[in-house]
Amino acid sequence: MDAVLLARIQFALTIMFHYIFPPLTIGMGWMIFMYNTRYQENGNLLFRQLAQFWTKVFAITFVIGVATGITMEFQFGTNWAGYSRFVGDIFGAPLAAEGIFAFFLESSFLGILLYGRKKVSQKMYWFSSFMVALGATMSAFWIVVANSWQQTPAGYKIVTETVNGVEVSKAQLTNFWEAVFNPSTIPRYSHTVTGALCVGVFFILGTSAWQILKGRHVEFARASMRTAIIPCFGVIMLTLFVGHHHGHQVSETQPAKLAAFEGLWETQTHAPLMLFGMPDQKAEKNKFAIQIPGMVSLFIGGKFDTEVQGLKDFAPEDRPPVALSFWSFHLMFYMGVWMALLAFVGVILWLKQTLWTTKIYLWAAALTVPVPFLANEVGWMAAEVGRQPWVVYNLLRTESAISASVPAGQVLASIIIFSMIYVLLFGIWIYLLKRQFHKGPDSLESLEAEVK
Amino acid sequence: MEALQITWFLLVGILIIGYAILDGFDLGVGFWHLFAKKKGERTAFIHSIEPFWDGNEVWLLTGGGALFAAFPPVYATVFSGFYLAMMLVLVGLIFRATAIEFRNKVESPVWVKAWDIAFAVGSILPSVLFGVAIGNVLLGLELNPIGDYTAGFFALLNPFALLCGLVGLAMFALHGALYLSMKLEGDIVARTRKWAVKAWYAFLPLFMIAVSYGIKNCIYGIKAIPMVLIILALIANSLVFMFNKQGKAAAAFLSSCCTIAFVMLAVAGALFPTVVPCTNNPDWSLTVFNSSSSQLTLVSMLVIALIGMPLVLGYTFFIHRVFKDKVKVHND
Ligand code: HDD
Ligand code: HEM
Ligand code: HEM
Repeated sequence: MDAVLLARIQFALTIMFHYIFPPLTIGMGWMIFMYNTRYQENGNLLFRQLAQFWTKVFAITFVIGVATGITMEFQFGTNWAGYSRFVGDIFGAPLAAEGIFAFFLESSFLGILLYGRKKVSQKMYWFSSFMVALGATMSAFWIVVANSWQQTPAGYKIVTETVNGVEVSKAQLTNFWEAVFNPSTIPRYSHTVTGALCVGVFFILGTSAWQILKGRHVEFARASMRTAIIPCFGVIMLTLFVGHHHGHQVSETQPAKLAAFEGLWETQTHAPLMLFGMPDQKAEKNKFAIQIPGMVSLFIGGKFDTEVQGLKDFAPEDRPPVALSFWSFHLMFYMGVWMALLAFVGVILWLKQTLWTTKIYLWAAALTVPVPFLANEVGWMAAEVGRQPWVVYNLLRTESAISASVPAGQVLASIIIFSMIYVLLFGIWIYLLKRQFHKGPDSLESLEAEVK
Repeated sequence: MEALQITWFLLVGILIIGYAILDGFDLGVGFWHLFAKKKGERTAFIHSIEPFWDGNEVWLLTGGGALFAAFPPVYATVFSGFYLAMMLVLVGLIFRATAIEFRNKVESPVWVKAWDIAFAVGSILPSVLFGVAIGNVLLGLELNPIGDYTAGFFALLNPFALLCGLVGLAMFALHGALYLSMKLEGDIVARTRKWAVKAWYAFLPLFMIAVSYGIKNCIYGIKAIPMVLIILALIANSLVFMFNKQGKAAAAFLSSCCTIAFVMLAVAGALFPTVVPCTNNPDWSLTVFNSSSSQLTLVSMLVIALIGMPLVLGYTFFIHRVFKDKVKVHND
């Protein structure tokens, strides 16, 4: 098989598996911090119970995030040597900064959160919980900087030199802050973090709804739902708001990508929003299209006669895979709307005090647990597939980026090994979660004894 | 510029040495996990490293990131060249991490047994492979003009590299045994001290053979400074033996830290200013001077390091203080 394709599959597999876990720990980290803060404030054992239970779920998830993250760190060198040589001057620094500023912080304080309750003061314990949430959120920052730079490069120049008789070109840093805060860093980071928060809070909401439906640890599950519903509403609204802003930025910096997201072929004013359709890359049109006229122009420019660039403005070999970009983007969008609805209804039920007794709502919330995970995955797919055929937008083609020295067979072997390991890890993760949910939290009585 | 490049060579070196010293004891504990007799002992082994292992591993991640940032061609050449070996290291590290956190979560014997194996294998595999990688870099690699490795997987499994792999395993086994005797309480301590003696007797001859072979065959030869470092490593290593005999666990462990640092520094000194020697055409070798990032990147990174490293050292000391108590072995 084609070495480039294999390398892409390898990357997609490992990053998408990694990305199941960090969003959950980022989101849940802040919920745990909130519980610890409430306990610190009012000494109500219920909050200690909440904090302890969700910390256990957090720990199970965290370790898989770490284990799969290690793979990512070395992947650029192993599979993308061409890429590493081209971008190293710019790309490596954020990766190193991430280790120094975020991973160290997070891993040290997590040790205290998990094993040190009896070894440090109450205040210190609370502080560690803050540092863990902060560390997780910061872990996302530098890697998103690196990714954003390859989407919208800035603060660099291209230099070409002759090395051992071969001409090579590479990107060279000219301005550190411009590279770090390139045009898509802020929108992407905010959208990524809010998306991650969605995973954490909807996970608590949905799994607790499931517990209630199954009649397990009902009191505790109600408390979890009650504390999660307002955060759910808040973060999904933020995500949609930031996402809208992000779309705006894409239209300015990566117009071919935006056209692919929207399945837009012709450059036009009054560009329609296609709700459903099958973009056909060869025929250069959409089948079965259901459209709302003018909406895309309105979203992007604030008025109907904003001109939006279509795919035909770009040479066919410069266009991303349209159907995949279109569908991953649209699925993200639909899932976001669904979560917003769910949270909105939840808030109303909560005000009416029937949140934990409305069966159909409990079912809907429970079935929504996978949705934010999927929305995050397809969101990244949209961003990354929409960037194709470039690894570094407008600078480096994907096919020039791979490790020329690695035989395709070895890549295939590693894909097979990692697939097996990841299936196994996923199974173990589900099994451990299930056990944790069946076992439930420590009882309030035992906590009382512990405090004394 | 040259001072900056040398500084970064040293800083990447320090990160890798930090990794070898800190994760070295975790890896060594994983090795001895195979030899623990009772379930209670194995549980205690895991408890002894539980709060630290992740932080220790971050040294590797940061070292990798720093190598990427400061010497991108080296990062690209080495990791793509050692592709399969690197994948095995990753598999090992994945299983080790999950084993440490998951083993004690479920009481079933099958579960515990499976993770015990995963933990031991996941520790031994990386210990050996790190040594193999260093051995190959010392010998030099066959490269093309842009630095892609050309000789294929099996060329990496040459006798010298494998010998270095065993040196690495013995060094970490020794380090791990000393850590355990410092960190545990009870009857087990006497045994871990005996383990340390065994590992010591394995390490010394292996290391001596590797050094003498290295002096003859590494294309850059052994210069004065690495010779001094090797002697220092041997002195520190003798202290390990002495302190271990006297039952001064902390002192023995610290001497072992020094041994590791001197061994790694000797490797760095033997290579410098080359980082990856090229065997088929010495002009194509990657050196500190021809493969670094631009000045601006190196300066920016230096600022990041100056802000970040004190914090990192702070966390490391702090967490070791919080968990300074010894770990008890429960008999069951
Ligand atoms: C800092 C870098 C970075 C980060 C944070 C991400 N990616 Fe990415 N991604 C790449 C850097 C990259 C890359 C190295 O640049 C790839 C490899 C080949 C390519 O064209 O881009 C890529 C490709 C790539 C592909 C294949 C696209 C294709 O070949 O058509 C998918 C599906 C993803 N990524 C998915 C993700 C997901 C789910 C992420 C969520 C965490 C993610 N990426 C974060
Ligand atoms: C290719 C890109 C990526 C690389 C190289 C990478 C690397 C890593 C590494 C090495 C770890 C383990 C750290 C440790 O040992 O403590 C890790 C964990 C983590 N990563 Fe990634 N990562 C990538 C993508 C992402 C993205 C896109 C995010 C978030 C937006 C993210 C967020 C995190 C978080 C929060 C953790 C902590 C563990 C957890 O919470 O599960 N990573 N990553
Ligand atoms: C109305 C809803 C939304 C809009 C308009 C929107 C907009 C966008 C846009 C335009 C991108 C692509 C950025 C690029 O290619 O550079 C993107 C990516 C992404 N989206 Fe959304 N989004 C929405 C909802 C969501 C939801 C609900 C989630 C998750 C819970 C989510 C998670 C992500 C993620 C993780 C990415 C990839 C990272 C990034 O590029 O920011 N999005 N979104």
